[in-house]
Amino acid sequence: MLVMIGSGWQIYNASPILPFEFPTAVTLGGWLGGGIAWHFAAMWVLMGAGLVYVVYGAASGHFRNDLRPAGPRSVVRDIGQALRLKLSHKAGHYNAVQRALYTGVLVVAVLTVTTGLSIWKPVQLGWLTWLFGGYDIARCIHFAMMSLIVGFLLLHVALALMVPATLWGMVFGRRMPDSDKESAS
Amino acid sequence: MSPPKIDRAGVAPELRKLERRLFLRNSLSIGGLSLLSGCALDDNASVEQALSLMSRFTDRMQALLFSRQRLAREFDPSRITHPFPFNAYYDESDVRLVETSSWRLEVSGLVSDKSPWSVARFRTLPQKRQITRHICVEGWSAIGDWSGVPLSVFLQHVGADLRAKYVNFRCFDDYSTSIDMATALHPQTIMALDFGGNPLPPAYGAPMKIRIPTKLGYKNPKYLASIEVTNHFPGGYWEDQGYDWFGGS
Repeated sequence: MLVMIGSGWQIYNASPILPFEFPTAVTLGGWLGGGIAWHFAAMWVLMGAGLVYVVYGAASGHFRNDLRPAGPRSVVRDIGQALRLKLSHKAGHYNAVQRALYTGVLVVAVLTVTTGLSIWKPVQLGWLTWLFGGYDIARCIHFAMMSLIVGFLLLHVALALMVPATLWGMVFGRRMPDSDKESAS
Repeated sequence: MSPPKIDRAGVAPELRKLERRLFLRNSLSIGGLSLLSGCALDDNASVEQALSLMSRFTDRMQALLFSRQRLAREFDPSRITHPFPFNAYYDESDVRLVETSSWRLEVSGLVSDKSPWSVARFRTLPQKRQITRHICVEGWSAIGDWSGVPLSVFLQHVGADLRAKYVNFRCFDDYSTSIDMATALHPQTIMALDFGGNPLPPAYGAPMKIRIPTKLGYKNPKYLASIEVTNHFPGGYWEDQGYDWFGGS
């Protein structure tokens, strides 16, 4: 994911759509050709990972059980709790805000991939490019979705750092062996 | 915070999952490592090699995605970009000029008739016009109006071996590029002589440019000097430096 972002910024710099460029320190590839090579290499890796995730998510019921958005009332309740720093972190359970955000970021991810494909193959996948309103608009959407993902990543890591106990689970995939009981922080 | 107590029986099934995670994490750490060391690895020969291997894989997938029947969208004349941008590996002031009347296109490789071609001779073949979007690898795009001889018509006319793999283009501005035979035979691949209804101006590749709306800009050579049909991979100016060879859109 970070490879996609860094190399994407390198590609952006070749023909910026906004009045700024990304500093070379945060771009990957060294030049446009290098950025493209990284971007497409990472694309295949990410596609493989995405496929595994979708198959697993659908088969295991993860999408159905954990990510289906909760009602707006519980989202408001959980935002309130989060702001008062009283949100519970029962391991293996997503609260209403997490559900909304994680589902949202999945939609963003799908849009990032599909707009990306549409500007890579505007002829072979012309119907997709047409769906996004043409090449130039699809390119802007691709950039906007990248910005949302970067925003989500920053927020996600910042929030996780506030509740260090969750980091174990984020890195190793499971909760700390002793943390089954609900822990508030 | 007290250190966690470990219930061995309880974690056994978890351990199996962890093991899987660790395997995945290890395989991912190769990517992470290259990120951590950042630019230093950009110059590393093995990274370069891995990237070019992936690039060849991408080329193969692009060739699979390509359809000779699928056409690039054609636009209304009102959508043409004015002025159409000049683009080359040098500045517009360094454009090289030739006398149209003395210019000849060299023909070589797997063709039965290797006689050189003049602009006047190309004008005797059927012409085709297209208003299509030119997309640059940098991300910008512009809509232009080209007409000329379909490359497939020319290749058949000179008796080219249509089962050959590549068509190679060399230009008198020292640019070069090459394409797959499937794209060469695509109905929208033309040997453009005109832009906007007039002979190609110097900035856009006078006297002849290959226009391929199913490929990125760097696969659309201007200032054409020779054409060769071959089975030996010819590469190209940008492709040899790292752009992917297929460059399809």
